[in-house]
Amino acid sequence: MNRSLRDGSVRILAPVVLGAVVVIAWQLLAGSGLVEAYLLPSPAAIGEQIVEFAPSMVSASGITGLNSLIGLIIGSVFGILLALLAVALRVIDWMVEPIVAALAVIPIVALAPVLNTMFGADSQFGRQAIAALASFVPVFINTVRGLRQTRPVHRDLMRAYAASGVQVMRTLTLPTAIPFVFTGIRLAASLAVISALVAEYFGGPRGGLGGLIATSAASSAYPRAWAYVVASIILGLAFFLVTLAIERWATGRRAPVPL
Amino acid sequence: MIEKAPTRPADAVTVTGVDKVFSTGKGEVRALDGIDMTVSAGEFVSLIGPSGCGKSTLLRLIADLDEPTVGEIRVFGKAARRARVDQDYGIAFQQAALLPWRTVEDNIALPLELHKVGAAERRARVAELIELVGLGDFGEKYPDQLSGGMQQRVAIARALAEKPNLLLMDEPFGALDEMTREYLQTELLRISAETRAAVVFVTHSIPEAVYLSDRVVVMSPRPGRIDGIVPMQLGSPSSRSDDIREDAAYFEMITAVREVLHGGAPIPKGVETR
Repeated sequence: MNRSLRDGSVRILAPVVLGAVVVIAWQLLAGSGLVEAYLLPSPAAIGEQIVEFAPSMVSASGITGLNSLIGLIIGSVFGILLALLAVALRVIDWMVEPIVAALAVIPIVALAPVLNTMFGADSQFGRQAIAALASFVPVFINTVRGLRQTRPVHRDLMRAYAASGVQVMRTLTLPTAIPFVFTGIRLAASLAVISALVAEYFGGPRGGLGGLIATSAASSAYPRAWAYVVASIILGLAFFLVTLAIERWATGRRAPVPL
Repeated sequence: MIEKAPTRPADAVTVTGVDKVFSTGKGEVRALDGIDMTVSAGEFVSLIGPSGCGKSTLLRLIADLDEPTVGEIRVFGKAARRARVDQDYGIAFQQAALLPWRTVEDNIALPLELHKVGAAERRARVAELIELVGLGDFGEKYPDQLSGGMQQRVAIARALAEKPNLLLMDEPFGALDEMTREYLQTELLRISAETRAAVVFVTHSIPEAVYLSDRVVVMSPRPGRIDGIVPMQLGSPSSRSDDIREDAAYFEMITAVREVLHGGAPIPKGVETR
C-alpha cells in the first residue's frame, strides 16, 4: 500500500474508531447503574427511540429543515444584495454597518418570543425570519469582504483595457467575490438550522425538531429527547455538508478557501 | 480584427516636461522631475534605475494609469488617455496578473472579449497567440497549474492580443529565475521583431536592458530624473541572439550603462546627457 493511500485510510478510520470507543464506553457507563438513566440514557435506548419514532423524526426534520432553508435563502439574498449596495455606495455602507454590528452581537434567538407573538402562534414565519436574520450577518460580512478583494494589479489591467463599470463588475469583482460569498453561506447554513430549531423552544406551531426535543424532555422521555437531538445533528450536518460542497464546486480552480 | 491605420506618426511615445508629485500623509513626494523622452515607432527602449527612481511611475503615466502633475504625454500623437481608450498599447506587469478562474485561453481572450471581438475571430487569434508564446498544449490549463515563467508568457500573449503598436512592460521578468529570464528575453526579442511593436520596458537589470534595447534610459531617484540615454551599439535587437551575451561589445554596453547609472565619469561617447 502506498503512503498517501495509507494516510488517507487512517484519517478516515481514526475518528470512526474514536467514535466507536466513545459509544461503547457510554453504553457501559449507562448500563453500569453508576449514572441514573434519566441523566444519561444509553445509546441503545436512544437507538430504540430513533427506530420507533423514525417517521415523526423525518417529518420533524422536514419542518425544521424547511424553515432553516427558507431563512437561509432569504437571509443570503438580502445579505448579497445589501453587500452589493454597500460596496457601490459608501453612504449605504455607513448606514448598514451599525445595524449589522448590532445584529452580529445580539443573540438572534432572543427575538424568537417577540416574533412568534407578532406573527401568531400558528405561523412558521417567525422562525423563518429568525433563521433569515441569523443567515444575513455572515453572508453580508463575507460578501462585502469578497467584493473588496480585487487586487490593484487587476484593477490596473481593467483600466488599461478601458473596461466599463459593468464589465469590471462582471469579469473581475464578482468572480473575485464568489468564494467569499459561498463561505458566508456555509457559515450561515449552520446558524440557520440552530436558529430555526431554538426558535421552536419559544412557542409557535408544534412538529419541528426543537419543539419535540422540548416536549419530550418536559414529559421525562429523555431517550426520545436525545433521539431528536441526534436528528438535529444530522440535519445541521446535512446543511453544512451541502453548502460546503456548493462552496467547493463554486470555488473550482482557485486558491483553496479557508475553512 | 483590430487593424491599425497604415500611416501613423513616427513616434510611439513622447514625454515632454513631465513632473509627478504624490501627496502622502507626510507631505509631497516628487516621483518624477522634468522628464523628456521619445520612443520611436518599433523601437525598444528600456527604463533602468534603482528602486524609487520613478521608472514604473513613468510607465504608468504612459499607460494613463496615473496622470502627470505637470507636462504632457502623447502616444502615437494622441493624449495618453485617448490612446488608452483607443487601446493603442498592450501592457504586462511584474505579476502576471492572470485571472485565476479563467483558463489560459480565456485569460488571453480577456481583452478581445471586453472589446467585443466576435467569438470565432477570438478563438483564431487566441490560437495564434498561444503558438506565438509557445504554450501550445496549455490552453485549457488554469494559471495555478503553470510555472511563473509560463504565467508570464500568458500575460505577454494577452498584452499582444490586439496587435498593439506599443507594448508597455513593467519588470515582467523580475520575479523569474535567471534561466527562465534569459529564455524569455530572447523570446521577447523574437516576438517584438515579429510584431514590430515599440516596447517600453522597465527593469532594474543592466544586462537585461542592454540585451533587449535599442536605447537604455538611465534614471536616478529622489526626485526621479533621466541621467542619460545610452544607445546600444549592438545591431538591431531583432538580429540578436543568446551568443551576443558573450560579445565584447555587449560588455562594453553594460559598462556604459553602469557608468551612467552610478553617475561615474567618464561619460561614454554617444550618450545623450541632460
